[in-house]
Amino acid sequence: MARALPLLPTLAALTAVIACNAPVQERTKQPAPGPASHPVTIRQPAALGGLLVKGTSANAQKMHVGCDTCHSLRTPATVPRDTKQLSSIHRGLKVQHGRLPCTSCHDSKSPQNLRLASGERISSAEVMRLCGQCHGSQKRDYDHGAHGGMQGYWDLSRGPRTRNNCVHCHAPHTPAYVGGRPVLPLKDRFLSPNTGGNR
Amino acid sequence: MKRRVALKVVGATLGAAAFARALAPLAQLRDDANMDEFLQKNYRELTEEQVGDVIARLQADARKKYGRDDITIKDPHAIEGVEFGYALNLSMCIGCRRCAEACHKENNHDRKTNNSYIRVLEMKQGSMDMGQGNADYDHPVPQKGKYYMPVQCQQCDNAPCVKVCPVQATWKEPDGVVVVDYNWCIGCRYCMAACPYHARRFNWKKPEIPADEINPNQGLLSNRVRPQGVVEKCTFCLHRTRNGQLPACLEACPTGARVFGNLLDPKSDIRWVLENKRVFVLKEELGTRPRFFYFFDV
Repeated sequence: MARALPLLPTLAALTAVIACNAPVQERTKQPAPGPASHPVTIRQPAALGGLLVKGTSANAQKMHVGCDTCHSLRTPATVPRDTKQLSSIHRGLKVQHGRLPCTSCHDSKSPQNLRLASGERISSAEVMRLCGQCHGSQKRDYDHGAHGGMQGYWDLSRGPRTRNNCVHCHAPHTPAYVGGRPVLPLKDRFLSPNTGGNR
Repeated sequence: MKRRVALKVVGATLGAAAFARALAPLAQLRDDANMDEFLQKNYRELTEEQVGDVIARLQADARKKYGRDDITIKDPHAIEGVEFGYALNLSMCIGCRRCAEACHKENNHDRKTNNSYIRVLEMKQGSMDMGQGNADYDHPVPQKGKYYMPVQCQQCDNAPCVKVCPVQATWKEPDGVVVVDYNWCIGCRYCMAACPYHARRFNWKKPEIPADEINPNQGLLSNRVRPQGVVEKCTFCLHRTRNGQLPACLEACPTGARVFGNLLDPKSDIRWVLENKRVFVLKEELGTRPRFFYFFDV
């Protein structure tokens, strides 16, 4: 034991070297976000203010006929109250939206436009005002970024944001969300063997 | 020959063979292993200048390996006055897993294994037991009687994974994001055992991604292609979010179930959700204090 004593200082020095970490470097932070200088844009779906028709165009695209194509030239005497009375291009339209008659949303005097409960006539581009009359809680959540898909910047001082319209996900006549098959199936090392899994 | 000499020769031969065998790994060093990498210090001990050197080296390696000159590795710092928070509306999530897919692509995950930092659990309505959740569903969604709970890193303020790391290769950044220094991690996976949310992933091998599918916008502490044998995790896409952008999983969500923003900004969307929705955190009883919140519409 006595012979090992001279080794102690060496051991202590070694421990000190190992234990002595370099100091943690403080990183300079980026400057705080400035005032919002970029816009939030609500995307307008192509089908808004028109109808998708059967068949495809010459370049295999879905065909879309704007309301104005016909209704700038002619206006029906009345907008029908339910789908059975629909004629020509509108025949066979499927509506599953509560028990609303057509005129709840469509202006009876100018069918290419929409009509608020107050009687105010609005263009189809303003459809979200119409939806929000009944779906207030969804509108409220949307207004606070808690409903509907979005892309872009959380920090509007650095870049813009685009947001989905109600009708991107909810077809106005059959608004229930349809869902679909999930993507990216799990390949789990334990659940599904032979995939060389990573989780 | 005398017995003694013969034994000496045999002994010397065995000794030499054992020595050669012990040194053999040196001859099999990987091409990408070099002295700079070996001597590299923990990220938090590196000066700005040294970080620059590390990035230059990693970027040159990545560009060479994938033959793509557009790969850029950056190290965006936290933003003053910003702490990130995330909330998820379980009433709205339909379990489509597009968030997991977006994460898979954004974060340069191994293609063959469909790896992702997000695991979507199919849960029975009325149950909050994560253990009963099914992550392996493959049928049309949403199913009746089920709800869907995507789980990713909760960026805990009291993070068990950070505490258990024996080499301090993982820590919490000033904006709340828990990150990993992929060059410092020794792959012991204590952090994976400690995480109550199963949010960390281990690179059993180096992720394999076709060169044309690589996301070239990379962060040193986030989505750069990880080496083999290290742990990785969700970083709230810090290479995007510290640039002001939304995380990739949020952009991919078709429903808007995900809300992201600055917790310190009283006018932010995330603050509105926290103040107006009945939010909860997963496994609150563990005291991990997550920055990831869940809520149902009532």
